[in-house]
Amino acid sequence: MIRKDIIFALSARSVRLHFLRSVLAALGIVIGVVAIASIGMMGVNMTLSVTEELSDMANKLTVTAYRGGGGGGGMMGGPGGGNSDDEDAITEDEFRDIQRIVAKYGTAYTIRSESDEIEVGSDTGRATIYGLDPEVMREILTVETGEYPKSTTSVVVGPTLAERLDLKVGSKIDIGDPDEGATTTVRVVGILEERGMSMDLNTDMAIIGSDKLFVGMYGGEGEYDQINVVVNDLTNIDTVKTAIEDELNRKEDTVTVQDSSRMMESITSTVSTMTTFVMAIAGISLLVAAVSIFNVMMMSVNERVREIGILRSIGTQRAEILRMFVYEAGILGLVGAVIGAVASIIIGYIVVLGMVGTADYFFAPGSIVYVPMAMAIGAAICIATGVYPAWRASNLDPIEALRAE
Amino acid sequence: MSSPVIELDNVTKIYPLPAGDVTALKGISLTIDEGEFVAIMGPSGSGKSTLLNQIGCLDRPTSGNLLLSGKNTREMDDRELTSLRLSSIGYIFQKFNLIPLLSAYENVEYPYIMKHRKNDDTGRVRDLLSLVGIDESLSTHKPSELSGGQQQRIAIARALVNDPAILLCDEPTGNLDSQTSLQIMEILADLHNRGRTLVMVTHNPETATYADRTITIRDGRVA
Repeated sequence: MIRKDIIFALSARSVRLHFLRSVLAALGIVIGVVAIASIGMMGVNMTLSVTEELSDMANKLTVTAYRGGGGGGGMMGGPGGGNSDDEDAITEDEFRDIQRIVAKYGTAYTIRSESDEIEVGSDTGRATIYGLDPEVMREILTVETGEYPKSTTSVVVGPTLAERLDLKVGSKIDIGDPDEGATTTVRVVGILEERGMSMDLNTDMAIIGSDKLFVGMYGGEGEYDQINVVVNDLTNIDTVKTAIEDELNRKEDTVTVQDSSRMMESITSTVSTMTTFVMAIAGISLLVAAVSIFNVMMMSVNERVREIGILRSIGTQRAEILRMFVYEAGILGLVGAVIGAVASIIIGYIVVLGMVGTADYFFAPGSIVYVPMAMAIGAAICIATGVYPAWRASNLDPIEALRAE
Repeated sequence: MSSPVIELDNVTKIYPLPAGDVTALKGISLTIDEGEFVAIMGPSGSGKSTLLNQIGCLDRPTSGNLLLSGKNTREMDDRELTSLRLSSIGYIFQKFNLIPLLSAYENVEYPYIMKHRKNDDTGRVRDLLSLVGIDESLSTHKPSELSGGQQQRIAIARALVNDPAILLCDEPTGNLDSQTSLQIMEILADLHNRGRTLVMVTHNPETATYADRTITIRDGRVA
């Protein structure tokens, strides 16, 4: 028996009759839907995971010496570079001022940093060397294995560096370029927990020792590369930022104060620009799919001209012929979109896991919404491209159509 | 006294072609009463098929009036003409013109569903199929699996399913062998005997003998 809507039954049978052709046309939609959905999800997952990492430091400010020109150089890289005894340093007096300002709202601590050559056995490389107050170190860093440095020759190292150079508790590191002078040998007493990318301190690839060790190696007593400010109440962050700027930059610009929001904004906007661009390319695959659906629909109309003539001559309305072919395109689109949705959940998950490294946010509303969205776009494109062939079919002259072979 | 089902009043049909207009019908006036069986004869290109297409509302006359059961078709739009084809006209073609995607049963049921918006639950389709001599085992077959004679029987059943006022036959036996032609003509004659109005285009004088009246068309005019 035919289903109640015989027009739909005819469309479905036509799709089934040309199964291979229909499958190939629907495959285009599947690919388009998968491309759009998985790229969209990847972008959202990337943004979400970066945002999550950065939000840990939303209550932190970094103060660096003003270097002229644009305000925020070295956003991603943190401090580093530059000699401790050059002018790009924060003086002890300035640190005292900052401490005084911050006292009401939170705490401030100093960071010295330098990038230098290191040697472990026969391996050489570069790493950031941080000099921190031992007490501050205990507060802000977490040692995974081993302990905090107690002497001026012991250090802790970041997990990425430890893995790369095969460092263990007890390993020895030579810091400094042997061609330029004496090197300093330090002993690893602890390996830090992974901390991720951050703007205040990037310890994963760094060697962290005490202030004394650092000054011993590079000099620069009473000079700091960076002051980190931790504000207890997040709502005070702007007040603190303004207060520091007002006080220290009163006469001329001497410091640059950065909060994490700028970095967050810049990363989010970079990711979303990239995602939009890549998604536009994925959109082209849907366009190609649309062309193939259009082609299949035109073929279907052209080879069924006579049938259309018969249907019209025995009393089928134009609107019903139109409906028949739009249904046909709709079936292709819907089947393609549904398969595409299932596939994009699977493929999208793999892509997100591979590219972002975590699928924690995969099922977040902002991410998973790309599946129905891509489905809707795929199906809509299909139906839209089916409209013209359907319109042509419905406007055929019955007598002309009947004469077709 | 039976009333006219079909009235043509000075109907002309002109096909505009780039090489010059072709006048297929030149002012035809005729009347066909209810229950009549009329054969339209004439040589190829005389306009007999064009005439049938006008009566069947597949085409519109360039000028003149066509009245079906007293209603002038000139004022009707495509939608109304299509409804008329669905409900009031049964068309039987030379090439059977069954829908290849539908089974025999479904082909007959199709106009019923189009008109009533539901499947046939009255048994009418089955009755018509048995009337034209198609038994149940054949009703699930697709047209491509059936012989010409069987297909034409199904086409006749399809034409009858909405109980039309007029049955139009365009060379109904043109594609059939003489034995099968005879059977099909017997069915048509039987329908006529039951009171149907039939208009049949044919160039075969033998089939024309089944008709009450023969109208000969020559060069777009009633001869």
